[in-house]
Amino acid sequence: MTDAPIRAAFARAKVEGRAAFVPYIMAGYPDAATSVALARALAEAGADVIELGVPFSDPLADGATIQHAGQRALEGGMTLAGTIAVARAVTEATQVPLVLMGYYNPFLRMGLAQACQAAAAAGVRGLIIPDLPAEEAEPLIAAARPHGITPIFLVTPTSPAARITQVTQAAQAAASGFIYAVSLSGVTGARAALAQDLPDFLARVRAQAGEIPIAVGFGVATPAHAAQIARMADGVVVASALINAFDAAPIGTGLAAVGHLARELRAAALLAP
Amino acid sequence: MIFVFIFVAFVFEERSGDNQMTSEVQTYPDARGRFGAFGGRYVPESIMAALDQLEQAYAEAQRDPAFSDELALLQRTYVGRPTPLYLARNLSAQLGAKVYLKREDLAHTGAHKINNALGQALLTQRMGKRRVIAETGAGQHGVATATACALLGLECVVYMGSEDIRRQSLNAFRMKLLGAEVRAVDSGSRTLKDAINEAMRDWVTNVNTTHYIIGSAVGPHPFPQLVRDFQAVIGREARAQILAAESRLPDRVIACVGGGSNAIGIFHPFVDDASVQLIGVEAGGQGAGLGANAAPLSFGQPGVLHGSYSYLLQTDDGQVVETQSVSAGLDYPGVGPEHSYLKDSGRATYTSADDAAALRGFALLCRTEGIIPALEPAHALAKLVELREAGDIRDGEIIILNLSGRGDKDITSVAPLLGVSL
Repeated sequence: MTDAPIRAAFARAKVEGRAAFVPYIMAGYPDAATSVALARALAEAGADVIELGVPFSDPLADGATIQHAGQRALEGGMTLAGTIAVARAVTEATQVPLVLMGYYNPFLRMGLAQACQAAAAAGVRGLIIPDLPAEEAEPLIAAARPHGITPIFLVTPTSPAARITQVTQAAQAAASGFIYAVSLSGVTGARAALAQDLPDFLARVRAQAGEIPIAVGFGVATPAHAAQIARMADGVVVASALINAFDAAPIGTGLAAVGHLARELRAAALLAP
Repeated sequence: MIFVFIFVAFVFEERSGDNQMTSEVQTYPDARGRFGAFGGRYVPESIMAALDQLEQAYAEAQRDPAFSDELALLQRTYVGRPTPLYLARNLSAQLGAKVYLKREDLAHTGAHKINNALGQALLTQRMGKRRVIAETGAGQHGVATATACALLGLECVVYMGSEDIRRQSLNAFRMKLLGAEVRAVDSGSRTLKDAINEAMRDWVTNVNTTHYIIGSAVGPHPFPQLVRDFQAVIGREARAQILAAESRLPDRVIACVGGGSNAIGIFHPFVDDASVQLIGVEAGGQGAGLGANAAPLSFGQPGVLHGSYSYLLQTDDGQVVETQSVSAGLDYPGVGPEHSYLKDSGRATYTSADDAAALRGFALLCRTEGIIPALEPAHALAKLVELREAGDIRDGEIIILNLSGRGDKDITSVAPLLGVSL
């Protein structure tokens, strides 16, 4: 099974009574070496799957935090090829499955087959492309399959029942590692509270998802959020809050601050008894 | 490509004997929003349902005579359509051709943008939404959208790059007068592409209450089709007007291309007329180098930006590059997917005119015809002059140039370029 490492990571967390903890970092933020160190720190903090962001010039699904991180990464010369090199440096040091998250055009420009081959060779197990909905994903699925990489699709609170069906069927056909449930209507970025309609939305996704794990992201910022989500889903994705923690830490303590928040988030994400 | 060849051959056979035919063959986009290889829907999942809703609302509107009657009434009594097709005698004498100007500069708000803004604002009402967002570069689409929203009682928020607000302060103020909120965008190059990013982020957040009136023939399906259809009134009128004036079709139709809405609007009704050459003129900026111009059809490669697959100015890493043009309205790294299709199928040809040439075209029309053009169509005027100088214009041939907007908005940015301080 091509999805084995990601599915296995979710299964292990479940056995431990936890939702899988899925942190995100941006490749090249604040620089390439530090992003490798951050990924390793997250692995040590018990991350079950790590999302590695690919910077893009026009990140239209992202809020201020990830926009800024991506812009800094690009200014520092980060590219898709550079991101794959960061991935290789991470997978050499840890067994945590790695997923790339980035917009479609850099993959298209590199060539889908070449991008998938290079990513797989670097140990990448999945791809999250926020501007590639299920109906446009066939070329990527076909290019990724021979290399053991699966695309991961997103569902949102604005997805009607028919679209949730379509997306979950695509995820099943592609043997995706998980389904990414976007917690709110909006862009990425830490929020004070989770959306009120989240339980209802997740129940609708759950009814369609079958055995595919569901991870919830966008706006998830605190251990309290992680605890709430763990009672409704199989995984918790945290991105902007980790970047904010790094940015807020005094110089030289960013890695420790991120590791600390990661441990808190992971410890809070306990499944319902 | 085989399909395209058969299509063109079929059209040629069908139309060659009858230039008066007015029916339009609409074989694209297909059901998936594709113009050949181009177009599609590359957007976050959160707005996919809204695009389905828009597609459905538009299909219903097209079948509803009340919608087309309302739009036609407003076009006639509010916008001032049909706009004249004006034979520019002095310009014609200089160029050795019969040059007609399609006077979109005389439409209400001073540019063709009102055609689309009004159509989409009416659709917004049909969908029961009360809030409209828009992006704007030169400010013409922002003004047109603010105008349509004032008329129809809709809340209006316009995203505009802070660099464009500086270049087009007059239009930013016009929007405020019309009751719109103008939000400055400080990310990226602070121009049109960043304004679209920010409008998309707003739409992702407020999609249940809000319609996004995209101003050009770009974006995810069905926007390129929608904008083309609302702008095709330009070409339908021009075709009927030239047949009335000359009893024949023009030899060429020429228009400037940024996102490409005025060009697709005038091209579309002529696409089946195989004898009519269609010429799109992009912004050549300061030259051919990456980042020095805003001409993706001339210097770019296909890629995905803002929801569709089309020619794009990008780096080897697939990052979208910042563009450069004297004209804020053309200062965009992408282009509508239908233009990419017309380029690759060979039905239209695309070229560019640089900043200096555009300024010469601007000055030429001011002096020869007493018309101050917007800097955007000044690029098309510049290309006509270059064609003449290259000996590419036959004596007496008939040319229609889409004068997509008037130049009042550009006075403050042109003056310093001509060494004048206001």
